[in-house]
Formats: sequence, C-alpha cells, structure tokens
Amino acid sequence: MSIENETFRPKIVAFCCNWCSYAGADLAGSSRLVYPADVKIIRVPCSCRVNPMFILRAFEKGADGVIMCGCHPGDCHYSTGNYYARRRMTLLFSMLDFIGVENGRTRVEWVSAAEGVKFSTTMNEFVEKITSLGPNVRLEDLRCRN
Amino acid sequence: MQRVGVFVCHCGSNIAATVDVKKVVEMVSLEPGVVHAEDYQYMCSEAGQARIDAAIKEKGLTGIVVCSCSPRMHEATFRKAAERAGLNPYMVEIANIREHCSWIHKDMEEATKKAVVLARAAIAKVNLNAPLQPGESLVTKRALVIGGGIAGIQTAIDIADAGYEVDIVEKTPSIGGRMSQLDKTFPTLDCSACILTPKMVEAAAHEKITIYTYSEVDKVTGFVGDFTVDIRKKARSIDMNKCTGCGVCQEKCPSKKTPSEFNRGLNTRSAIYTPFAQAIPNVPVIDRDACIKFKTGKCGICEKVCQAGAIDYEQKDEIVTQKYGAIVVATGFDVIKVDQYEEYAYSQSKDVITSLELERIMNAAGPTKGHLERLSDGKHPKEMVFIQCVGSRCSDDKGKSYCSKICCMYTAKHAMLIRDKYPDVNVTVFYIDVRTPGKNFDEFYRRAVEDYGVNYIKGQVGKVAPQPDGSLLVQGVDLIDNKQILKKADMVVLAAAIEPEKDVRRIATMLTASIDTNNFLTESHAKLRPVESPTAGVFLSGVCQGPKDIPETVAQAGAAAVKAIGLLAKDKLLTNPCTAKADELMCNGCSTCANVCPYGAITYETKEINDHGIRETRRVASVNNALCQGCGACTVACPSGAMDLQGFSNRQILAEVDAICR
Repeated sequence: MSIENETFRPKIVAFCCNWCSYAGADLAGSSRLVYPADVKIIRVPCSCRVNPMFILRAFEKGADGVIMCGCHPGDCHYSTGNYYARRRMTLLFSMLDFIGVENGRTRVEWVSAAEGVKFSTTMNEFVEKITSLGPNVRLEDLRCRN
Repeated sequence: MQRVGVFVCHCGSNIAATVDVKKVVEMVSLEPGVVHAEDYQYMCSEAGQARIDAAIKEKGLTGIVVCSCSPRMHEATFRKAAERAGLNPYMVEIANIREHCSWIHKDMEEATKKAVVLARAAIAKVNLNAPLQPGESLVTKRALVIGGGIAGIQTAIDIADAGYEVDIVEKTPSIGGRMSQLDKTFPTLDCSACILTPKMVEAAAHEKITIYTYSEVDKVTGFVGDFTVDIRKKARSIDMNKCTGCGVCQEKCPSKKTPSEFNRGLNTRSAIYTPFAQAIPNVPVIDRDACIKFKTGKCGICEKVCQAGAIDYEQKDEIVTQKYGAIVVATGFDVIKVDQYEEYAYSQSKDVITSLELERIMNAAGPTKGHLERLSDGKHPKEMVFIQCVGSRCSDDKGKSYCSKICCMYTAKHAMLIRDKYPDVNVTVFYIDVRTPGKNFDEFYRRAVEDYGVNYIKGQVGKVAPQPDGSLLVQGVDLIDNKQILKKADMVVLAAAIEPEKDVRRIATMLTASIDTNNFLTESHAKLRPVESPTAGVFLSGVCQGPKDIPETVAQAGAAAVKAIGLLAKDKLLTNPCTAKADELMCNGCSTCANVCPYGAITYETKEINDHGIRETRRVASVNNALCQGCGACTVACPSGAMDLQGFSNRQILAEVDAICR
C-alpha cells in the first residue's frame, strides 16, 4: 500500500461554470498559478447543469475526487442556478458519504472570474486531500477499468 | 459518429513549450471518429483558419476539435471559420490546453498527457454534437445608463447623438456625480464646473435623453436586446412640473442642521434642498428624515412660501417600467472611510481632512467660499502635510490592495494650487511612490516640485498627533535620508483610497454582471473587451470598472457608448441555440422544470403524442427558445430525464466524464 501511495496520482474531475469558475480557471492559467495536472476541467453553462448522475458516473469510472465550482451565491449569471446546485450537492454528498465515498472526495467551491488565486489554491488543496485519501475503490465499477 | 478533425495549436511557444504537440496529434489520431489531425503554429491566424477550412472541405469533416486557448477567447473565431467552410458552427469544440494546461504545468510529459486527455474529452463530446440553429430576438432601441456622473452623462450624450433614446437613472437629486464636487482638474487646472456643467445642460436639453434623478433601479429582467427595468422614482415631495427652482423654500426652511452630502458634511443644508446651485434638474427634494413637517406634522413653511404650489407632501414613490436594448453601468466611486485609520487622527481633529473635503474647501461655492482655512478655528494654515496612499496599496484587510491611480496627480494639483494662491503656506507630501503615467502628468508633478517648491518626502507617516495648541504633530520617516521626521502641521490632508459606489453590488446582482472582490465590475476581456461585461448587453463606463481619472473615464464612456450603439443599431440578434429541449415522449407534464426555470421559459401544452404507436393526449413541457438562456437547471430537476440542454446534453457531458476518467 505504501509503495502504491507514493506513485498514486489521483483522477480528479472539476465541473466549472462558464461564467465565473471557468473564467477563474482561465485567470489562474494566464497568471501562471501552478496546480497539479491531475485536475481536468469540464465546462458547464452553470453549476445547476451538474446532474448528480455526472458525479456518480465519474466515481464509477474511477475518479478519485470530484469538485464543483460555481459563481458566489448571489452572483449567479442565471440568478439562482448556484442555489439549486448547492442544495443538490449537499444532498448528494451526504448520500455519497453514507455509501462510503468520504466527504473529502467531494467539494463545492465558489470561485469568481476574478479569483484565479483562489482557483489555484483550491485545486492544490483538493489534490493534496485526495492524494492523502488514496484511490477511491468504493464506487468504482471494476468492469470499467482499462 | 462524426468525421472529426483535430487541430492542435502551438500558440507560438505558449503551448508548444510545455506540451508536445506532435505527440498530441499522434495520440488523438487513434481516437474514435478522428479522421484528420494536424498541428500548426497559430491556429487562430488566417493561415491556421485556412487549414481548418481546407481540411473540412477535403476530408468532409463533420466535427472539429481545436486544441488551443480558452473557448472564452477563440471559440467564436473557430465557429466562424467552420461556418465559412460550410459546417454548422456548433459542431466545433475547444480543448483548452493553454490556460488549463500548458501555462500551469511545468513538466512536459505530464502536460502532454493532460492535453491528450482534454482533447479526448472534446472529441468524445463533438462526436455527440448536433447542428444547432440560433433563433432571433428583436432589439429594443433604447439604452439605460445607470449613474449620472461624467461617465454616465458622456455615454448618454454619445448614444443619444447617434439617434437612440437614452434614460439616465441617478440616485441623488442631481446629475453631475463626483466631478461636480471637484474644484480644478489635473493636469490643465481647468475649472471642473466650467467643463462639466455644459455637459450636464447638454444632457438635460437633449431631446433623446430622459433623466430620472432621485431614482434607483429596482428590478431588471430579460436579456440582451430586451431588458425590462423597473425604475423607482423616489418621492421628491415636489411636483417637478410646477417647481420653478426659485429657491425660496430652501431659504425659509427652518430645519437647516443636516450635514450636506455634497460638501462632504463640512457644512449643513436645509431639509428641502438641491445639492448644489447648478443642480440639474434645479428642483429640490425634501429629505423626509430631516423635515419637521414629516417628523412632527407641524411646519409646512415651504408649502406656504412656494408661489408655484409645487410642494406635495403626499407624493409617493413611483415605479416606471421601461424596455431597453442595452444597459450601461456608470455607478462611479466614493472615497473610503478614513476614520478606521486611527493613527491619522481623522476623527479626533477637524483639521485632518480627506482630499475630497479639501476640494470642497478650495471651491468658491464650498463651505469656506474657497478660502483655505482650518475647520477647527477658521485660521489660515501655514504648514500643510499631505499623506498619500491612505488605504491604497495595502497588504492588510483594512485597506485596498490596488492603487487608486488618481491620488498622486490630485495631490500635486492641490499642492500647486495652494502654493500658487498662498505662497506663505509650506506644503509637504509624504509618498510611497509618485505615479504619474499619463499625458503631461509627470511634467505637471515636476512643476509642483521645481516651480512651486512643494516638499516631497519619500516615506510613510506613522502617526498624526493633535497637540494642545491646536496644531498637529506629524511623525514620519524619510526613507531617502533614512531619518525620523517630526513635523508640526496646521492641516493634514489624507489621500484616501477610492472604492466603487456601495450600490454597485446590488446592481451587479440584478444585471447578473460579474463583479470582483473589490466590487469593481469585471470586464469581458481585460485587454480586448474592456468596456463590455461578460453579460451580453451590459456595458461598463467609468470607475465602476476600475480606478480612472476624468480623461480616461470620458474615453471609456465613449467606448461603452459605441458598443451600446453597435448593439442598438441591429434590428435582430441571434440567440444562443444552446437551450433546453423537452423530449415529449418522456415528459409526464409534472411542472417541476417550470418551477425551477428563472426565466419563465417553460410552458405546458396539451397535445397528441404518438408513443410507439399508441396515440394519446398528454400534457408536455415546451421551451420558449427566445426566453431560455440555457442554464440547465431544468435538466437536472426533471425526474423523468425528459429535459436536456442542447450543446451541453447529458450524453455529451457523460462522454466527457468517461473520456477524462478513462
């Protein structure tokens, strides 16, 4: 286990809303704020587009952590989208925790278009957390493994 | 399955320095659907786009993936390129391998691996893309300008001159803004009022401009080209049509103890007041919190003296609902509260003032009629100390991290004006840096030092201590001579940081415009789209976007006007085709989607459905494409999975997830 942990590089899926967080990630990029390559971003129009099904699928396909980023409460481009997202994720994450996908593996963070530094710091923290938790074996469908 | 072409951009060395683009091309060629893959120095260039064009035509491509910079940068460019080659523009996907990959990773092997994964995800998505057709929406040929300072006035005049109707909404009783409070302007020492008031008059007299003063924006709905705005005209308690602006009511009003907002509280005003003599409109308002009639029911003097019979105590707030095609935010700024800096003794001594207060003191129409005097005893000062960067360029939470940009110049102006008018006054300026980028700015600053003998000391002030004799002891440090300085001063002027007007966050929320942690509105692109908000149809004018001086504000106001005119000149706009769509066979008409839709875009219709040969009448959801903005809230809420978002469908996003986790 210890040897595996040394070489363990987590798979992390980040859902970013187009208006705030994706732009925040772009700003992190143009400001050259380094974070690990383990994070792969999927662009969605709004955090409320993130179906809990997407997150379950990510874990099923072997993701070790999933993070969802959206506009700060009150700043949603569509006015209320992130409120829906917040409620849905609260519910989903508690259910995931119940079936053994620890709360540390899932995270919601509000990142505005101007917060490149916050995006980078968040991703660094999250990768560190997931690396310390090790591979997610609870929900992974082994038949999906290559 | 599409016939996919993948185009990997080097972006000079921006991508190619950390991502092995040849390797990416090699790897993505193996992906399902990919029939063509190539790399090029600059894909966005004309030559790069020509390659895409050629490949679409030669290989009969039905889907395109461009591995390049952020889609927020060049998605539109590549969509247009695809369209020119005869492909539906929505068959293009971007893999962001610059901002999200090459720029943030150092290791070439890792970055290349990640670029391949990002490309795979885009390929998986594009394989499921479907051609989309944008709809059309009409443009209301009227603009709203929020804020009636120099930025708002200039924007409104420019839009109106182009022939479009403009409404200005200003929350105070008069237009004019901060500039009307200034005495002189740098670097030419023009009188502020002399150059502003003609603009105010021009705006007020313009047949295409309607000005709502003492009014606020209450509610904004709709979208680019078709905003609906509720404007609250606060009860002025004056009939604007009857008032002649004679001013007798203000003279006779017995309640004269309210601090004057316009004079920064340095003197008082009556309860019925116009902020300043040149106010536009020249119609007073009754401050109901200060008015004796409103507080006790007795008085009514203004009503008795008003010859025109314009006083109306019964007046109520009025809501005006108007449609607009474009909205320009020009909410401006205020200076920060300096009493939090106890070391400068602002709240302990009347002779410690902010620069904006000094503007009012220097102004002939101000509380001291333009005479430089101490507010504590009315004496003429002999020693003046200016302290720069109060709250600007702070690393702590108390102040602002940014440079307020205008303070170095206005302090040089103040110093010069004081030395010019009162050669007996010594002026000392404590500064961290003197920043004078701008046309004729450094020359102006040097004149202050060389011709007017202003004493500039590089260093900060640690404490201002009021002395028993009424003077102020300034303890500072001279960083160049490396020594402590103790200086007796009669007046201390603080160059307080500027910050966006308090209301701007509320307005940004209503407009769904992005705003940064300092409450400045975010522009669509820092360099290339500096006057547009990321929210379509919303434009930024003046300091609401970032600190600016007057020439810059006027220039930006004109730029915002041009962008708004460009929008208003169109009769129709193409709407975003990435809208929600209900699968009628799966929909059971439960209304869940309509409940979460922020735009009221979902309605239900009862229609005959042919469900695998069974004909029956069902209630099904129907999305109005003109209203739907494509957030996707309904797609997740739908319990039967009937609702999907075009361009970001469930299958597309799942395919991306699969490709990333593979």
